[in-house]
Amino acid sequence: MAVATFGESVKRTEDPRLITGRGKYVDDVRLTGMAHLAFVRSTYGHANIKSIKTSAARNAPGVIAVFTGADLQEELGGLPVGWMLPDLKQPPHPPLAYETVRYLGDAVAVIVADSAYQANDAVELVEVDYEVLPAVVNGEEATKDGAPQLHEEAPNNIGFDWEVGGGDYAEAIKDPDVIVVKERIVNQRLIPNSMETRGVVADYDVGKGNITLYTSTQIPHLVKLLFSLVTGWPEQKVRVIAPDVGGGFGSKLYLYAEEVVAGIVARQVKRPVKWIESRSEAYVSTAHGRDHICDAEIAGKKDGEIIGIKVDLYANLGAYLSTFAPLIPTYLFGLMLGGVYKMPNIDCKVHGVFTNTTPVDAYRGAGRPEAAYLVERMVSRFAQEIGRDPIVVRRKNMLQAHKNGREVTTGVMYDSGDYKGNLNKALEIFDYKQFRADQRAARRDGKLLGVGIATYIEICGMAPSAVASSLGAGAGLWESSNVRVHPTGKATIYIGTSPHGQGHETTMAQLVSSELGIPIEDIEVLHGDTDQGQFGTGTFGSRSLAVGGAALFNSLQKVKAKTHRLASHLLEADPKFVTFSNGTFAVEDIADKTLTIQEVAGQAYAAANLPDGMEPGLEEVSFFDPQNFAWPNGTHICVVEIEQDTGKVEVQRYVAVDDFGNVLNPMIVDGMTHGGVAQGIGQALSEQAVYTDDGQLLSGSLMDYALPSADMFPMMELDRTVSPSPSNPIGVKGAGEAGTIAASPAVMNAVVDALAHLGVKHMDMPATSEKVWRAIQDAKEAQRAARATARAAK
Amino acid sequence: MVTSNFEYFAPTSVDEATSLLSKYRGEAKVLAGGHSLIPMMKLRLAEPGILVDIGQIEGLSYVRKEEDGVAIGSMTTYREMATSSVIQSNYPLLADASARVADLQVRNRGTIGGSLAHSDPAGDIPAVVLAIGGSVVARTRRSKREINIDRFQVDLLTTALRDNEIITEIKLPGLASGTGTAYSKFHQPASHYAITGVAAVITISGETCTDARIAVTGAGDKATRARRTERILKGKELTPPVIRRAASRAAAEIGDALNEDIHASAEYREHLTRIHAGYAIDQAVAAAG
Amino acid sequence: MRAYVETSGKGPTMSTEITVTVNGTAHTEAVEPRLLLAHFLRDVLDLTGTHVGCDTSQCGACTVHLNGEAVKSCTVFAVQANGAEVTTIEGLADGDTYSNVQQGFWDEHGLQCGFCTPGMIMTSEALLKQNPNPSEEEIRAGIAGNYCRCTGYQNIVNAIGAAAKAGK
Repeated sequence: MAVATFGESVKRTEDPRLITGRGKYVDDVRLTGMAHLAFVRSTYGHANIKSIKTSAARNAPGVIAVFTGADLQEELGGLPVGWMLPDLKQPPHPPLAYETVRYLGDAVAVIVADSAYQANDAVELVEVDYEVLPAVVNGEEATKDGAPQLHEEAPNNIGFDWEVGGGDYAEAIKDPDVIVVKERIVNQRLIPNSMETRGVVADYDVGKGNITLYTSTQIPHLVKLLFSLVTGWPEQKVRVIAPDVGGGFGSKLYLYAEEVVAGIVARQVKRPVKWIESRSEAYVSTAHGRDHICDAEIAGKKDGEIIGIKVDLYANLGAYLSTFAPLIPTYLFGLMLGGVYKMPNIDCKVHGVFTNTTPVDAYRGAGRPEAAYLVERMVSRFAQEIGRDPIVVRRKNMLQAHKNGREVTTGVMYDSGDYKGNLNKALEIFDYKQFRADQRAARRDGKLLGVGIATYIEICGMAPSAVASSLGAGAGLWESSNVRVHPTGKATIYIGTSPHGQGHETTMAQLVSSELGIPIEDIEVLHGDTDQGQFGTGTFGSRSLAVGGAALFNSLQKVKAKTHRLASHLLEADPKFVTFSNGTFAVEDIADKTLTIQEVAGQAYAAANLPDGMEPGLEEVSFFDPQNFAWPNGTHICVVEIEQDTGKVEVQRYVAVDDFGNVLNPMIVDGMTHGGVAQGIGQALSEQAVYTDDGQLLSGSLMDYALPSADMFPMMELDRTVSPSPSNPIGVKGAGEAGTIAASPAVMNAVVDALAHLGVKHMDMPATSEKVWRAIQDAKEAQRAARATARAAK
Repeated sequence: MVTSNFEYFAPTSVDEATSLLSKYRGEAKVLAGGHSLIPMMKLRLAEPGILVDIGQIEGLSYVRKEEDGVAIGSMTTYREMATSSVIQSNYPLLADASARVADLQVRNRGTIGGSLAHSDPAGDIPAVVLAIGGSVVARTRRSKREINIDRFQVDLLTTALRDNEIITEIKLPGLASGTGTAYSKFHQPASHYAITGVAAVITISGETCTDARIAVTGAGDKATRARRTERILKGKELTPPVIRRAASRAAAEIGDALNEDIHASAEYREHLTRIHAGYAIDQAVAAAG
Repeated sequence: MRAYVETSGKGPTMSTEITVTVNGTAHTEAVEPRLLLAHFLRDVLDLTGTHVGCDTSQCGACTVHLNGEAVKSCTVFAVQANGAEVTTIEGLADGDTYSNVQQGFWDEHGLQCGFCTPGMIMTSEALLKQNPNPSEEEIRAGIAGNYCRCTGYQNIVNAIGAAAKAGK
């Protein structure tokens, strides 16, 4: 390998260990004397704990200890909320429930045993006597009179009421020319399903009183901070290590009960302890995503002009507030309701509601997919209502291209974008006219084809801290980097973000290589160990490159400045005439006066001949906090075919044009787009969490929760436009979530388009075979009835 | 999730295995490929005290052409059936269904005997064997009997097999000339089991259907013959209206016992059963011609 | 650490001695009959490349080769592998030379978080053995028993295609 450049598809440096089975995930951590944990979890959605009998479990082979919630009530404290809203209700959230369980899977006790098998066996021996209480799982039902109540602190189960808007929607729709289209839109609950489940190993150093948590997390530094705040453990004695992390998609972005319990139990039993979540356990114990019930209105005129959108949303929070739960259905949703359109009037009300279900928090896109889905479904619904082409309506209302900030109705500032450019490019790849002709022909042959268009813009590059803090963030959202160039000219860098599949080790090294001219194999990227480097926030909200990469870029500029000054000094040349490229300092017009960065690094450490006032060594730290978020945007087009007889939907074609700003590693960005789109298609067609009214989870394993498999997808066709982001020095935006945000509306618009001629106007996700089949039957029935009425009228 | 503890035996002969089953009758379960039993044990829906692993017994995996049909050893895997030229040429639907059970790894491990003994309500193989006809050879320490496949599937996860018996072989009859076969399945999107699967074995002589065996899986609590469908087909020229009428009765035997879950209501399952009965009959008729 | 080897729980507490040849080396160990092959590899032999991603035999992360055929090692008891040959992801490369499939996954960016990758690669190897020249559709069907949540499968399909080409 050699020096890498910005924009090159560098192959990943992580891969050699991962393709040979030498990765190290939490379950691969083995410590001497390590014991194993297993949790006893509630089998009811809502119940009081009358008693817990643990004697049989305590006497089971290999069992070291059994702790109930009551045993550890003091030590465990309560799980924190990381985002405040005005008048937010914050009921206590004990890591182990001791009085009441409020969702299926709520942990009530923990077993410590010599082996995982033994711990698992002992779970069966714990007898919990429950007094079953009425439960409620639906976010709207839970607010009604007479609904079962979860928390004293939250009357009617309402955790918060929040609103955002701009313009004056109520006034605008008074215009007699305005057509208002209403639809109830449900964005179903999803279960994230990263392929590696969660897990934690807690290692207590009895002598020093230190605790080390190896945990599968997206936010090692925040876990350290929050763990310390919750347990009172001094922060300097807490070390958190995120080893290789097998996916997260938002679900590993919180402090979880099991992390706290593992740390406290390790101290109690004075042995390292390990907990690895089983997949079935993950279905109830790891945060879920989405779950919105929304009454939506879109208003506009016959010519296609859209004048506003109104939203009244019940956002299901689950039984407790997860770390970032208050943020997701509020700012990350409401601020995005203008989409890429002028949308002059926005009226959004959100009710956050507690229910007897697993807590809901961020899942890939987190609020933005829900917003994009709502906006794009409603725009297509409006176009259908006024009998105009959905592309014509979109084009008519789109914002003009801009390069440096545009304030929109919700008050936020989009950074840059060419929204029509995205649409045009997507339409160039996808021959729309031809498709409509094919669609007509197919209908004549009894085949159902549909096309769906979705545009989107999303708020990512999570920062700036001051803005976030004013909106309720409990922690700063900047990022950090440390660049250490060694005496040999090789480099170790430490980043504050920590990947779970994004390939930071490659992209960050690529950035170093392209800036300093050091070969990529000479660069080691460290992350995820809070004892190795400076504080950072973590990997979420498509922020790692836009914020963390920018922090790294700034450190690299400092390294460049210092080495430039030192090289000039050593070359005895005026710095003005010393150039730097490809890792070599040269003096203009003097061919043999050069120094490599490796030589300069050596001199920085030798310190024999430094310029006046220069400190020895070569190491720089930067903390970067941008002035604005970054705003990826794009247009996706999807074609589906529906099997008439069965209702089965097949995605035939998928075109995506995205603006991610500058792209550092196109291969990696494309890969993330594929994965994002796949998750969006999964939501649109197959994934859904289904609870019974009393809080049992019917889709509680991979046997019933339909994760997309390889045979569900066509080859996706990707392209992009580039509007560099002015929010950071490298002009990047963020690619982790975009695919998911655009895909679900693109697919559902296609499904509805395929059935539009039958009179279908909307369908909630997922478009399962049965749901589509029923829609076809109902539409045909309605057509028959209409014909009969018409005949009768004659 | 882990299974309960159990005592493990790995006999190397059928005699040894059946002796163990007799000795531990009621406690012991037979472990074949394990792809039905082990998942149930992990969920602790099954907690046998003793497992008799018949995987170490030589000679239970074969496909043998016989004078009046084909004999399949009970430990023959889906993969072996899918790729067996004898099965491909004699019972194309069995090869086809075997190639579409679950996934590549499961097909390498799951066996015909295990599938029949487990009698999953949504298993593919029970319906296919039921449509072909034939019998299941079951052995105890002392005896050996052939159970007609029509009497083999008794109820949900229940067969006519006694708990001291082992399936050693499946005997399939030779199909008359002019017979076409097909298996048509609509799979559940998560588990890939059949929401409904219809197996059709149809014999046509001249223009007339002289024999028809149609079996349905996934829709009810066990694989079931669709006898009303068969009656409509038999003795007739299989024109599209006849096939349509016959297919529309494919779920009639299941009646009110149609399964219902988050993937398909009873009504939708019944509809899919009719649709896939139509597909299977169409394909079988085409193959017969 | 032999975390899973202790005899325990209700029922009989005996262990069974088995010999399994893993990546060419014979290992004789006394194990509980209920020990899954996946845990035998991971916790007894410390071959942690084989991952466990689910508990219902769906995800395929634990796929290894048992006597040359791909199986889900979470659905096989270690005792069932007595006398057998097992190949895991650690045994695939020939020294420093990756197999065509491994190389394909690297070249085509067929992995992101890497957790499903060992199982995905082992299934792909088996698929190409059964069908050295698969179509896109056959590749997609062939890996239907392996879930990946990161890649949308596109580059995995490309990786297997590239490996097939390289194998010619």
